Amino acid sequence: MSQNAAQQFIVVGERTNVTGSPRFRKLIKNDDFDAALKVARQQVENGANVIDVNFDEGLLDSEACMTRFLNLMAAEPDIARIPVMIDSSKWSVIEAGLRCLQGKGIVNSISLKNGEEAFKKEARLIQRYGAATVVMAFDEEGQAATKEDKIRICERAYKILVEEVDFDPQDIIFDPNILTVATGMAEHNNYAVDFIEAVREIKQRCPGARCSGGVSNISFSFRGNNVVREAMHSAFLYHAVQAGLDMGIINAGMIEVYDDIDKELLTYVEDVLLNRREDATERLIEYAETVKGQGKEVDESTKLKWREGTVEERLSHALVKGIGDFVEQDTEEARQKLPRPLDVIEGPLMDGMKVVGELFGAGKMFLPQVVKSARVMKKAVAYLTPFMEAEKEKNQGSAQGVFVIATVKGDVHDIGKNIVAVVLACNSWKVIDLGVMCSCEKILETAKKEKADIIGLSGLITPSLDEMIHNAQEMTRQGFEVPLLVGGATTSKAHTAIKIAPEYPHPVVHVLDASLVVNVCSNLKSPERRDAYIAEISEAHAKARERFEQGQSATKFLPLDEARAKGVQLDWTGYTAPKPSRYGIAQWDFIDLGKVAEYIDWSPFFWSWELKGVFPKILTHEKYGEEASKLYADAQKLLADIIHRKRFRLRAVTGFWPAARKGDDVVLYQEDDAAQELATFHFLRQQKEKAGDDQTYRCLADYVAESGDILGAFACTAGEEVDDYARSFEEKGDDYSSIIVKALGDRMAEACAEWLHKQIRDDLGQGAAEGFSGKNLLPAAPGEVNEHVAFMIKEQYAGIRPAAGYPACPDHTEKDTIWKLLEVEQRIGMKLTESRAMWPGASVSGLYFAHPEAKYFNVGPIDKEQAADYAKRKGVDDAFVKKWLSPVLAG
Amino acid sequence: MKIPVNQYTATGKRLVALLNERIVFLDGAMGTMIQRHKLCEEDFRGERFKDHPSDLKGNNDLLTLTRPDIIRDIHLAYYRAGSDIVETNTFSATTIAQADYGLESLAYELNVESAKLAREAADIVAKEESRECFVAGALGPTNRTASLSPDVNRPEFRNVTFEELGAAYQEQARGLIDGGADVLLIETIFDTLNAKAAIFAIDELLEEAKEHPPVLISGTITDQSGRTLSGQTTEAFWNSVRHARPLSVGMNCALGADLMRPYIEELANITDCYVSCYPNAGLPDPLSPTGYPEGPSDTAGSLQSFATDGLVNLVGGCCGTTPDHIAKIREVLSQFKPRKLHDIKPALRLSGLEPLVVG
Repeated sequence: MSQNAAQQFIVVGERTNVTGSPRFRKLIKNDDFDAALKVARQQVENGANVIDVNFDEGLLDSEACMTRFLNLMAAEPDIARIPVMIDSSKWSVIEAGLRCLQGKGIVNSISLKNGEEAFKKEARLIQRYGAATVVMAFDEEGQAATKEDKIRICERAYKILVEEVDFDPQDIIFDPNILTVATGMAEHNNYAVDFIEAVREIKQRCPGARCSGGVSNISFSFRGNNVVREAMHSAFLYHAVQAGLDMGIINAGMIEVYDDIDKELLTYVEDVLLNRREDATERLIEYAETVKGQGKEVDESTKLKWREGTVEERLSHALVKGIGDFVEQDTEEARQKLPRPLDVIEGPLMDGMKVVGELFGAGKMFLPQVVKSARVMKKAVAYLTPFMEAEKEKNQGSAQGVFVIATVKGDVHDIGKNIVAVVLACNSWKVIDLGVMCSCEKILETAKKEKADIIGLSGLITPSLDEMIHNAQEMTRQGFEVPLLVGGATTSKAHTAIKIAPEYPHPVVHVLDASLVVNVCSNLKSPERRDAYIAEISEAHAKARERFEQGQSATKFLPLDEARAKGVQLDWTGYTAPKPSRYGIAQWDFIDLGKVAEYIDWSPFFWSWELKGVFPKILTHEKYGEEASKLYADAQKLLADIIHRKRFRLRAVTGFWPAARKGDDVVLYQEDDAAQELATFHFLRQQKEKAGDDQTYRCLADYVAESGDILGAFACTAGEEVDDYARSFEEKGDDYSSIIVKALGDRMAEACAEWLHKQIRDDLGQGAAEGFSGKNLLPAAPGEVNEHVAFMIKEQYAGIRPAAGYPACPDHTEKDTIWKLLEVEQRIGMKLTESRAMWPGASVSGLYFAHPEAKYFNVGPIDKEQAADYAKRKGVDDAFVKKWLSPVLAG
Repeated sequence: MKIPVNQYTATGKRLVALLNERIVFLDGAMGTMIQRHKLCEEDFRGERFKDHPSDLKGNNDLLTLTRPDIIRDIHLAYYRAGSDIVETNTFSATTIAQADYGLESLAYELNVESAKLAREAADIVAKEESRECFVAGALGPTNRTASLSPDVNRPEFRNVTFEELGAAYQEQARGLIDGGADVLLIETIFDTLNAKAAIFAIDELLEEAKEHPPVLISGTITDQSGRTLSGQTTEAFWNSVRHARPLSVGMNCALGADLMRPYIEELANITDCYVSCYPNAGLPDPLSPTGYPEGPSDTAGSLQSFATDGLVNLVGGCCGTTPDHIAKIREVLSQFKPRKLHDIKPALRLSGLEPLVVG
């Protein structure tokens, strides 16, 4: 073909055709649709503009094959990009195909073969389905071979379609039958000329209609001789396109440029095609013998060009293109090359996914493609999993001992626990991790069954401390003797010494962080060091208890009245409460992960990995810098994945109500009915006598006006998707990524709270003074902190959002009120455990105090007088107060 | 593929005349207006469904039967705000979408009654204001997609077939026409194959009819990738639905007017029918009273440029818009001329996810 004609000519890929391609037929018969799909992809990659699909084969359920294959193609954006030509001689198969196409495709074909009525009926249905159609030059008498018959039948069909069916002429494509030449039969010699001439005439007589044909037919007598066939196709197309042929069904990988055809061969070929000599066929056959077997492999080599790259490039290509065929062999190659199977995931595979993420982010890939990439990734990971497990087992061969670890009942936090588990496993302990919210019964039962050498308990929220005490009591009751380790954010050496250790007459050790756990465990296991170590611990505990008792008696409390009199004194004269756009609940279902990620305070992320420092300085820290940088890079990678793939689903509820302070309580009212009390929040006041200049005894209620103010509440979560995603790594044996994911879940939940607070301040009119809007992008280069984010991390804005169960409001059960008020569980599925831990774990909730003077503070210890007052206000009994206020209640 | 005006009903022909004269105004959100009533489970159930085994709160279409007063008032408010065309409360009134509530048997009734309700409101305001008020029977996307698998690991799987969709849409269209809808509006199309099933069903339903109500088509570009949920570009989408010979084609939902503009502009260039646009009041913002950030002036302001540039013929609002929005949109846009119809170059217009134009 000439360049110009080639540009306008529509190539219909013919390889996905069971009648024309023995290979495709075999794939379908063997039910290998994956490979069949590759044939389709190859056609597109080779430049097909339309893809012909045909399942006309007696032994196949053609309708089912058509549906299945088209549905599969629809899931491949690379292929689904182009229109489909549904090719069948059976109407039911065509219709099955039409029911799968969201695009406008082409039916191939209908004809007058069965008379006008059937023809019209099918044409009407094609209109209704919204497709174009190929019309074969075929009528009641048979297939048109001569120029005259071709023209006559096409013109008749055209008139019926346009005049009677009201078919758009633009949607008609005639196929005037390309018939095989050089068969040795003289009456076939003019077939090519007949076709070409017919095309020229039909295009004139049938305005708007187009012409197409199955090009490979022309050269059928030379099958097996690709050199001749390709030359015949190219030469034939060259002449037919000039006569007006618009499209052709051809092997998209097998079109040669007309000018490149060997001149001698071209002469023989054109003699045949144009019927220029009596002996044209003989001469071409003769010549053909000399070039037999020289078929080119252009097809294969261009298709597989990418296979020549490095293994990293190949994996990346496979991920981006969603090609699953070579991924296992490439993964194996990468596994051999890299020290550990996990390195393959964290290295080349994650790098490939990053490219996918970037392309997706840039709008150069869209969702279905990304889904495909993920499947390839899955395949690679599945391949690596047994290797990773083998590696794990190898390390567990000579266990140091058995360590049973769990997050206690009522608590869902497990990042620290997971790190401890990993650290111990790496040091050859057999770790039995019972997960989160683990009942005492289960922990102790497992410890017995597995003959645990040590039990470790973890918890983050204050009620978990009581649960740990309960565990210790039960261990005593059941006659355990093994050491008990406690850890987690809320635990402390003092609490362990004072409240837990006395309940269990065997070693109880508080483990400050995971880096110490190996040491603690080996000391406890070591026959030589054990006794000395236990003695040391006991002594430390005794000292701690002593100090505590001294401190207890030394602590002086102000009488509650006096403390109240010394509360925060705000000038309420002339105060007007900020006003939200509207009162009541706002539900946030569409929160942009990317925007929220900009609000992340990274420092606590490093703390959860026990890299103590402040971001971004931590990245250049003398000791931690290198590891922190690696960790940060890995986290960034995962975070990008989380954002682009929408791994987490942030959701939130917020709400504001008219409110008024009533003593140390704050009462919320219905928006439109000031008499209707909705809820009351109860707060505690600092009571421990202060020595210094600061003689203010704070209570959160102090920040709310007695008349005409507002109070807000919020709850937000990164969703159970965090745990699901983390688990997907655990299942692959990749605890590292799992822990990063969980830590990122926590960071995203916190960042979401920060982002929401900014939206709230903007809405209340307080945000304007901050110099940026909550709608702004707050970008930061890797390793830097955006100035506005820094401003928020330093809490320099007006207002606070204290959480129940934290220093300013130590009573976890105040969450119950938030839950009721905001309909948290019904709206966004966040739940409270019996200890008032929030589920999913990556969640935050709290109250909004809008007053610009509002500050965070620590209530600290309170006395029995305040506890009794609190119980009365809240309408609960002493036992309740004792249980929930135990962390702050003195005596 | 000219608009088949000669096949239209008399009402359809009058609508065409109106479209040639000026920009025609659609209504705004139904859901947003229903939300204002803070309805509870009992409101949705009414007497008739008080013992229904599953929760019905949120089934807005059901309010046609259980709180017709509210739905009628919303329709009235939109007509009085200046809507020429109001959509029936039937976004999810198909057997497929109602199956979520166990109310698939109600589909036909919901459509008939909803169309009647809208008709009632139309007739009231038509009389009050001596102008014609049209009722658009709305056919929503259903909650299933015919060209996407809900299961990542089984890409060939579909949870709904073309035939099932066709049957559901045909029943809906029959109900809407029986109830008195003047036009049929296939809207919020995020999977074009669903819309093609609706087009097929309507065409089949009207096969024997002497007169046809005009069909209006409105797709949804789900985000700034510029694609429908099922992956098509604007032109590919248009090529896929052109055979319906719609009176209009346009976009609604998912985006605010500003973000929708490039797609409306593209449609205005490539179509030979009227162009509609009813955007959301911006992207969702839970803090604002309606859940969407744009007030009437914001939306009307953005849409004004569509009108000054001659891009649109039918304009209204989707999620978050209210009668105030419509009133403002009408006030601002009525001074501008509607987009002029133009022919498009004859060609074979095919599509996969992307368009292929031959000729």
